Amino acid sequence: MSNKMHIKLNVNGEGHEFLAEPRELLIYTLRERLNITGPHIGCETSHCGACTVTINGKSVKACTMFVAQADGADITTIEGLGGPDNMHVLQEAFREHHGLQCGYCTPGMITRASKLLEENPNPTEEEVRFGMAGNICRCTGYQNIVKSILAAASELNAAKEAAE
Amino acid sequence: MPKDHGIGASPKRREDVRFLTGKGQYTDDINLHGQTYVHFLRSDVAHGIIKSIDTSDAENMPGVVRIFTGADFEGVGGLPCGWQVTDRHGQPMQEPGHPVLARGKVRHVGDPIAAIVAETKEQARDAAEAIGLDIEELPAVVDMVSALAPDAPKVHDELTSNLCYDWGFVEENKAAVDEAFEKAAHVTTLELINNRLVANPMEPRVAVGDYNQANDESTLYTTSQNPHVIRLLMGAFVLGIPEHKLRVVAPDVGGGFGTKIFHYAEEAFVTFASRQIRRPVKWTSTRSEAFMSDAHGRDHKTKIELALDADNNFMAIRTDTYANMGAYLSTFAPSVPTWLHGTLMAGNYKTPLIYVNVKAVFTNTVPVDAYRGAGRPEATFQLERLVDKAARELGVDPIALRRQNFITQFPYATPVAVEYDTGDYIATMDRMEEIMDISGFEARRKASEAKGKWRGLGVNCYIEACGIAPSNLVGQLGARAGLYDAATVRVNATGSISVMVGAHSHGQGHETTFPQVIAEMIGIDESQVDIVHGDSSKIPFGMGTYGSRSLAVCGSAMVRAAEKVIRKAKKIAAHLLEASEADIELKDGKFSVAGTDKECAWGDVTLAAYVPHNYPLEDIEPGLEETAFYDPANFTYPSGAYACEVEVDPETGKVTIEKFAAADDFGNVVNPMIVEGQVHGGIAQGIGQALLEAAVYDENGQLQSASYMDYAMPRADDVPFYIVDHSCCTPCTHNPLGVKGCGEAGAIGSPPAVVNAVIDALASGGKNVPHIDMPLTPHRVWKAINQ
Repeated sequence: MSNKMHIKLNVNGEGHEFLAEPRELLIYTLRERLNITGPHIGCETSHCGACTVTINGKSVKACTMFVAQADGADITTIEGLGGPDNMHVLQEAFREHHGLQCGYCTPGMITRASKLLEENPNPTEEEVRFGMAGNICRCTGYQNIVKSILAAASELNAAKEAAE
Repeated sequence: MPKDHGIGASPKRREDVRFLTGKGQYTDDINLHGQTYVHFLRSDVAHGIIKSIDTSDAENMPGVVRIFTGADFEGVGGLPCGWQVTDRHGQPMQEPGHPVLARGKVRHVGDPIAAIVAETKEQARDAAEAIGLDIEELPAVVDMVSALAPDAPKVHDELTSNLCYDWGFVEENKAAVDEAFEKAAHVTTLELINNRLVANPMEPRVAVGDYNQANDESTLYTTSQNPHVIRLLMGAFVLGIPEHKLRVVAPDVGGGFGTKIFHYAEEAFVTFASRQIRRPVKWTSTRSEAFMSDAHGRDHKTKIELALDADNNFMAIRTDTYANMGAYLSTFAPSVPTWLHGTLMAGNYKTPLIYVNVKAVFTNTVPVDAYRGAGRPEATFQLERLVDKAARELGVDPIALRRQNFITQFPYATPVAVEYDTGDYIATMDRMEEIMDISGFEARRKASEAKGKWRGLGVNCYIEACGIAPSNLVGQLGARAGLYDAATVRVNATGSISVMVGAHSHGQGHETTFPQVIAEMIGIDESQVDIVHGDSSKIPFGMGTYGSRSLAVCGSAMVRAAEKVIRKAKKIAAHLLEASEADIELKDGKFSVAGTDKECAWGDVTLAAYVPHNYPLEDIEPGLEETAFYDPANFTYPSGAYACEVEVDPETGKVTIEKFAAADDFGNVVNPMIVEGQVHGGIAQGIGQALLEAAVYDENGQLQSASYMDYAMPRADDVPFYIVDHSCCTPCTHNPLGVKGCGEAGAIGSPPAVVNAVIDALASGGKNVPHIDMPLTPHRVWKAINQ
């Protein structure tokens, strides 16, 4: 066991400590070690974004990061954004605007969109398309995904204004 | 005022909450106690003789449970083909065997040779590297035309050649078609390639086999569009497991697009291996494996000709197509270039004479089978490119030429054996012109020119045939399966309803739309109705979801079953209300006696059915549950008119889609929100085919586009907002809901619109290019401009 590494992670507000082989990819840690199955595996080459999670405030594709590289990190997955009884504004917007069909890319798509709206709270359509271009959806043709994100942006901004 | 419930409303999807919160249950989310993992060692050469496989070192690697090779499958059946095509001379197609693991030869890159079962997937992969493999590489055949040369290497030594079949349709029309071409005032000819595609659902295929020795039952969890089809094919033809000992479960499935219809070797393997090692066996495809083992789509090479008379009326169409089958016959491969392609060659036009020839060819490539549209996109693309080319040659408006030749009388029997029940092609063309603002195009073209860009407008029509049927006809055409579907409506004692359906939802939203239909029929709230799908142990024997058939075929079965339920419920209500059955009406969830104020609630009747104390037991059985099987009388024929505007940058050849409109006639629509979503997705896949996607082999049969680095998938910034409209409605005349199907339309209608637009853009820049083969990459367009 000497080749295993001691890893600490904070995922969706919960601490985890374990020993892992250096070659263990973060997506497998999440899905198989921690049973957090929202993030999916679509390509294992960083191209499709189905595995997108937030690590220390940045969008990261968990399929090409070793868990050892994430040691000590704060990680948020779709499960940490909102559950069935407390959905995030983006989750609600995707439902309202039919921004998903088979649902496989959706957790990565929404996790990425949540960072996009932090990076740019008032994106244009073009900025949404560019900002989401790292996440592939094969079902929706992107139309309703873009609509959902623009709608969520408006709602978040309105809520911010109301609070000010 | 749009409806807020029932048929025609757009309630939000009930399946969404689990997908949005990471609680979907896809096959890869299933992990069983004592589970092992399999890794397939696949051929890295396209064609070769397996001289030896040495597994001795690998067997001693850590965690290895067992290694299987082709020799372990002696006495096990091969993967069956579900459709036998008969050739021009009345002979059956050549049908080679398709072993689960390669035996003797490997025939394409990705052909599985050995399967390593281990405690972890890493251990299985490590052990695969220790297998000693000696393969004598043979010359590969990749190009379809050279594969038919007399001295070409043979993919299957036991066959007479690489020709699967030479199909003529309708053979008896051939002489008359040739004669029409001799008399024609004008003949337009086009040679083109329909590019090979990979369906690429975002969820790669997964299969988990689980054998329970105690009761001798096998369960297969698999990413399938049709669990009952897999159970039948695998149980009866491959492994010899009777249906009652085999359960196939397709849970949440992350997209299919056709490529998850077929029965694959990996499914048979995990089921077989689990029985051998008495532990669950799981396989999860990587994306690279998906590229070299999922059935590919399209890959036709075609010459098509149109004969016109002096008044520009279409007289005849003649086509010659080579269709790639790949190395083996995938489940429904032979039907795609024939009965799903030749029968659509009339398109929307009253061309009296048509002859289609298709040569299906074996090559050392991944098998090719149905992909979204399956044969119909190939037919539409060649026909609509041809009509556009004819208009350009004749100097007439492409829309006017189409309108002049439209079929306007229905039903219409085409010269290619199908009868369109209904349609209104003028209406969809009118609607498209309106939503696209065709009249404003010239102004937009000028604006583009001012920016140094060439703008083009492409239009086209399409007709498709959905809900493939009826079974007795397709049986004559070579299908080895029935094409009905089935539903069971189970009413519970308190009035809620579970509907078990043969259709499978992998993005289509059946969990939302099917209850809309039942709720409308009975007049209860949709929340009182749930559907059950995807588990052969729970649902009646239905054929699954493909060919835009779910609502048209399975939905019809559901309506028939619900009608039976309502008939019985009215009998019970008549008893409770002490009235004549003929006087009972069901409205808004209440039974009433016509002309009186006597009524009882839906729940009173359902409770009486299950607590039959005051009940006519002498006349009817207790309970309220009915099943119906529905075999359609005909295909359904959705149709539409599409338009695309592009800007071409003459400096780089880059094509940008500026505007896209689709006017479809789907007949009646149950949920407009979902229908529009289906069209959006189809259009994006069509744009992908037209501009980006291609599965490319080199001359040695190496797949050069086996990752998302090399195979360009459409992304959010590659596509525009689409204007979609389905207000033109000619309901299907032969199914109870009057629905036609909408799943494939977008992928069928969009590629010709895009290519026609690019050709038009080039013409506006003074470059008269007759055709560019898809995908229209900047390089190809730049070359066309600069040649």
